[in-house]
Amino acid sequence: MNTISETRQKSLLYLENVSVSFDGFKALNSLSFVVEPGELRAIIGPNGAGKTTMMDIITGKTRPDTGTVLFEDAIDLTKKDEADIAQLGIGRKFQKPTVFESHTVWDNLELALNRDRGVFATLFYTLSPEDKARIEEILSTIRLSHRKDELAANLSHGQKQWLEIGMLLAQEPKLLLVDEPVAGMTDAETAETAELLKEIAKTRSVVVVEHDMGFIRELGVKVTCLAEGSVLAEGSIDFVSNDPKVIENYLGR
Amino acid sequence: MISGFVFRALEGKIVVAIAILLGIAILVPALNLLTPPDSALHIPTYAVSLFGKYLCYALLALALDLVWGYCGILSLGHGAFFALGGYAMGMYLMRQIGSRGVYGNPVLPDFMVFLNWKELPWFWHGFDWFVFAMAMVVVVPGLLAFIFGWFAFRSRVNGVYLSIITQAMTYALLLAFFRNDMGFGGNNGLTDFKDILGFPVQADGTRAVLFAMSAIMLALCLLIASAIVRSKFGKVLVGVRDAESRVRFLGFRVENIKLFTFVVSAMMAGIAGALFVPQVGIINPGEFAPANSIEVVVWTAVGGRGTLVGPIIGAVLVNAGKSFFTGAFPEIWLYALGGLFIAVTLFLPKGIVGTVQHGLKARKAIKAAAEAEKGRDEAAPVVQAQAAE
Repeated sequence: MNTISETRQKSLLYLENVSVSFDGFKALNSLSFVVEPGELRAIIGPNGAGKTTMMDIITGKTRPDTGTVLFEDAIDLTKKDEADIAQLGIGRKFQKPTVFESHTVWDNLELALNRDRGVFATLFYTLSPEDKARIEEILSTIRLSHRKDELAANLSHGQKQWLEIGMLLAQEPKLLLVDEPVAGMTDAETAETAELLKEIAKTRSVVVVEHDMGFIRELGVKVTCLAEGSVLAEGSIDFVSNDPKVIENYLGR
Repeated sequence: MISGFVFRALEGKIVVAIAILLGIAILVPALNLLTPPDSALHIPTYAVSLFGKYLCYALLALALDLVWGYCGILSLGHGAFFALGGYAMGMYLMRQIGSRGVYGNPVLPDFMVFLNWKELPWFWHGFDWFVFAMAMVVVVPGLLAFIFGWFAFRSRVNGVYLSIITQAMTYALLLAFFRNDMGFGGNNGLTDFKDILGFPVQADGTRAVLFAMSAIMLALCLLIASAIVRSKFGKVLVGVRDAESRVRFLGFRVENIKLFTFVVSAMMAGIAGALFVPQVGIINPGEFAPANSIEVVVWTAVGGRGTLVGPIIGAVLVNAGKSFFTGAFPEIWLYALGGLFIAVTLFLPKGIVGTVQHGLKARKAIKAAAEAEKGRDEAAPVVQAQAAE
């Protein structure tokens, strides 16, 4: 029997009864959600279900009105800001690819690398052989080795998405939050992205928000469906997509 | 570590600019002091001071470029840091007058005697000591920038709101320094300087040395700025400019990054002000005028923001233009300045240096493309030849 406290102790990320409202609109309504270490999880839900708000709360951009948000069962994320949370090991990919367009692909990764981020440490930073090797490794993971010296602005939309995922990898997070990674991608790119995420999830937890049901099927993982700020259903993709409430709220529309 | 930091700074155009600055630091004073006045090569003293003034403006524009061009903070109050540096130098120069003032008071500057003050206010103490005054030239603007930046960047004031409060800051200082009871000479400011480190301020030799110091300080600050923007920190700065939230979610403390840059920039502006004052012979609250700070933005935009060398060129060109226009057609100068800003924004959005760099890059790309085309044409017959065999 799984008690609540056991679930909490085992969890990497633990949200309980989290609520937040903006000008009277309840974006999250006592949402509870748990991610275990090494888990790959997909989140679906209609627009306005609170998917992005949930990510904002986890990464410290928004403070919840009430509720518990714990990382590794010890760290209260509601007391930390974005930089702290990133340094704890939570990486976030935005809906719109956000990379440093006027830097090269290489520099983008160098900046993201999990090293001392203080003012003086960065002023006197020199690229060490280990860092160089790590960047090259990431470049090959995200399939951008051949474009490393090009400005990020010149990448295609899909490549920018991968570069951003690469930057998150460079951050060496324990938990990766990925917001709509395949929006605007071609089918081939979507399939490759699914492979990439599965590969990444071997060494860390990943939470993917996505609308593309085909992509989620390809991932083949546990799915959480959100609606109106709380969890509607949770389970395998077949279980969730056959749930009458899910069909009514999301799939059927 | 430090050597790597400096070495990185020495990129092509920076080396050239530093060499030119050091060259004129020697050449201009030499031509002023060593040639007879009727020689064709002679540079008159008034011109030395005029160019020295341009170099101070160039340093101010460089300081602005560091925060605006690289970090994306459009400060419309950099004139305040410049003026504070200038006032620190002015206070030293006032104390050097000693009993040679109109009222002959050995301690109090003339304006204090005039206001019937009996003793020196506490904040004037120490300014008779050159080293202390020079420290204040960077400490006071740096401290103001630190306090201002601490609150502004921590509360995440951005974009146009930040620009407006920087403008309000310089305006508030303008009003404060206008008041006689502030103890900085009120409306008239500080003037009537006699000597600096024992040398008469008006003498040709002193002017020549001040010019050389301006060129050398500009070269030094250019080196420091270049080292900053070419380090990993500099790349983070550009990241803050282009995608602030990405930098934040990568785990950087954006407020510290901005604060450091803002303070360094304010200190450079203070140095510029300190070198400016002995060359023009006066500092008054007019230097805090909001319009002054906006002019600095125009110089930087004209030269090319985010290029370091551009703002230096922009400041010298626009001010040379100003000297010419205000002499020849005084009534149209402001229209010319406004027109220039509009023209640059419309036709040269990258500024002079930015446009030249862009042009060179485009030419290189066209050349590379042409090479590739040629390669293909040459390769084609070989394939045909092989096929024929």
